[in-house]
Amino acid sequence: MIKVVLPAHLQNLARVGAEVEVRVAGPVTQRTVLDALEAAYPMLSGTIRDHTTLRRRPFVRFFACEEDLSNLSIDAALPEAVATGKEPLLIIGAIAGG
Amino acid sequence: MNGVRVLVGTKKGAFILTSDGKRQKWDVSGPHFGGWEMYHLKASPADPNRIYASQSTGWFGQLLQRSNDGGKTWEPVGNKFVYDGEPGTHTWYDGTPHPWEFKRVWHLEPSLNDPDVVYAGVEDAALFRTTDGGQSWHELPGLRNHGTGSKWQPGAGGLCLHTILLDPIQRDRMFIAISAAGAFRTDDGGKSWQAINQGLRSEYIPDPTAEVGHCVHRIAMHRSKPDVLFMQKHWDVMRTDNAGASWREVSGNLPSDFGFVIDVHAHEPETIYVVPIKSDSEHYPPDGKLRVYRSRTGGDEWEALTTGLPQSDCYVNVLRDAMAIDSLDECGVYFGTTGGQVYGSADAGDTWAPIVRDLPAVLSVEVQTLR
Repeated sequence: MIKVVLPAHLQNLARVGAEVEVRVAGPVTQRTVLDALEAAYPMLSGTIRDHTTLRRRPFVRFFACEEDLSNLSIDAALPEAVATGKEPLLIIGAIAGG
Repeated sequence: MNGVRVLVGTKKGAFILTSDGKRQKWDVSGPHFGGWEMYHLKASPADPNRIYASQSTGWFGQLLQRSNDGGKTWEPVGNKFVYDGEPGTHTWYDGTPHPWEFKRVWHLEPSLNDPDVVYAGVEDAALFRTTDGGQSWHELPGLRNHGTGSKWQPGAGGLCLHTILLDPIQRDRMFIAISAAGAFRTDDGGKSWQAINQGLRSEYIPDPTAEVGHCVHRIAMHRSKPDVLFMQKHWDVMRTDNAGASWREVSGNLPSDFGFVIDVHAHEPETIYVVPIKSDSEHYPPDGKLRVYRSRTGGDEWEALTTGLPQSDCYVNVLRDAMAIDSLDECGVYFGTTGGQVYGSADAGDTWAPIVRDLPAVLSVEVQTLR
């Protein structure tokens, strides 16, 4: 299982705690993890990435294993520790605005 | 028992204010969706327990919420707004072509007779509709593609479709308004549209009487006389008596004819309300006095309504969707401010009192009359 940590607003929206687990078959990438996340929690569709282009929303960032993965290709493999469930993928709302 | 439910959208959540028919004591619930910008909430005229709400932030984009129990509980519904076909371009602030990009839903207008049908006015300006209670949304592309869309240019608040009026008599007729394009009408349920801006004069655009380009802030209608519309334009209060074929100015003796809101008395089709704002560069009331102005003559002659409203040191704004009127026998008038106050009058504007004082900046106010 892949662990995903959500920002507070999306926890409230999905009515879950800070961390959720999703099952990904095949390569573990941003695309496959977000596909699984949106399948499990359809209300999150469009909040992290654009419905159509699948581009990350500008004020959303992805971190894992103390690395900023935000600008990785959506099809690039995520770190092994994320793929094996040892470390979560952190979805963060950028600190911007008031 | 009669009562009212006021739906308030703010910069940081939604609030629901309820009272009995006397409208003296109020219950306040909220914040609902705390921390989110709630541009607009509106209930279905066909089912008062069905409420739709537009929820957004710059971080996580647009969501739509639906309540089936009068706002006690909510469920997210569809939030996918995709322009029909190749979106093309509108005109950017600097005059260059700019691609249409969906940003948010400004206004939700439920059908008069079907709680599952709702129209949504969005930024960049377009009109969407759901026929399945909000699960899916589809553009009515005839508006954006009717011929002038490429000339539409955003106002300071963005290129937003912010007003939707459904004609209660001619069911295929609808009016919408866009900042800063103008007003438009369809007579065939949204398939085809025409600009209805003849008579508007806007000195701030290259051709002051152009077919489109006018910064219309709000239009309002009385359901018994749907051919008569009242408009608060950027500057100027206007009216039409022929469904927009021509407009004339009715600003009369207002202290400023700049403003955002305009609305019509529930039982007197020629009684209208505005809140004058000093100017487009100051965005607060003239002289620090928060005054609602009422005309009982359909414009031209206005009286200041001040009892219960702050008459010194008041520098709030009242945004375009932030006034509403109930339909109890002595109709109630409500408006919200960017200072977080929601004021109510249970006597058609003669006297006012704050219902709440310290909400986040108010973006929208709607009221339901519950019988």
